[in-house]
Amino acid sequence: MTLSISTVSFAAVLGLFAIAFYGLLAVRNLIKVVVALQILVKGAMIALVAAGAMTGRVQQAQSLALTVIVADTIVAVVALALAVQVRRCIGTLDIKALSKLKG
Amino acid sequence: MWHVLTALGILICAAQAIRSQRLLISALWLAGTSALVALLLYLLGAPEVAVIELSVGAGLVTVLFVFAINIAGEEAIRLRSSLPRWLAWGAVLVCSVLLGWMMFPGLGRITALPTGEASFVTALWENRKLDILLQIVLIFSGVLGVLGLLSEGPVDDQKEVRP
Repeated sequence: MTLSISTVSFAAVLGLFAIAFYGLLAVRNLIKVVVALQILVKGAMIALVAAGAMTGRVQQAQSLALTVIVADTIVAVVALALAVQVRRCIGTLDIKALSKLKG
Repeated sequence: MWHVLTALGILICAAQAIRSQRLLISALWLAGTSALVALLLYLLGAPEVAVIELSVGAGLVTVLFVFAINIAGEEAIRLRSSLPRWLAWGAVLVCSVLLGWMMFPGLGRITALPTGEASFVTALWENRKLDILLQIVLIFSGVLGVLGLLSEGPVDDQKEVRP
């Protein structure tokens, strides 16, 4: 039995989504949450390019994936800057401590 | 064969990135995931975006993570999950089954569209001009946001800063 690259790619997407969902649900460290978010976006990007490869529209999928990479990097940068500020202000990276914020 | 190994490598690296206790090790596993994702994108016939993913995902983002971990420091205490572990696994399982149920039966029905696709340059710079403008605005807003966030304000609670 030979697995096509598209099927394997979508299986990888499913696995990446599962791992990222688990990370987002179970992890309490703010930087780890950003890591889980990155994994989720990587899954979405593979799905985009695999769908483009299946339909013969790889170039269009590539241009979309480029936008995804830029947006993902900006999200990571801002989220990490926020994490650093949270660490400075609260003294911990625990996301549960953020629920104690008032004002 | 290569694509199966690459996909397996991606999943192992991603799982290790979440499982790892140390943040720095986690960032390195994420870099490995990015590199293997770039390889899979290349195998799917998307070399341009694979190169960008390799340089940005495995390079720039990893540097940013290491920089942020260096400033924020490793969390000394091992934080326990806020959700019960069985509930998190159950939610993930339900999501995965639903997603797989929607995704895989339709894969066989997808057919290639008629040929005549524009090149990457045309698709990016001519058909998606608005997205390019949006990306430029996004990059500027990101840079300004980071400068604003990382600037040292008149914080008087310096005693809370980690030694």
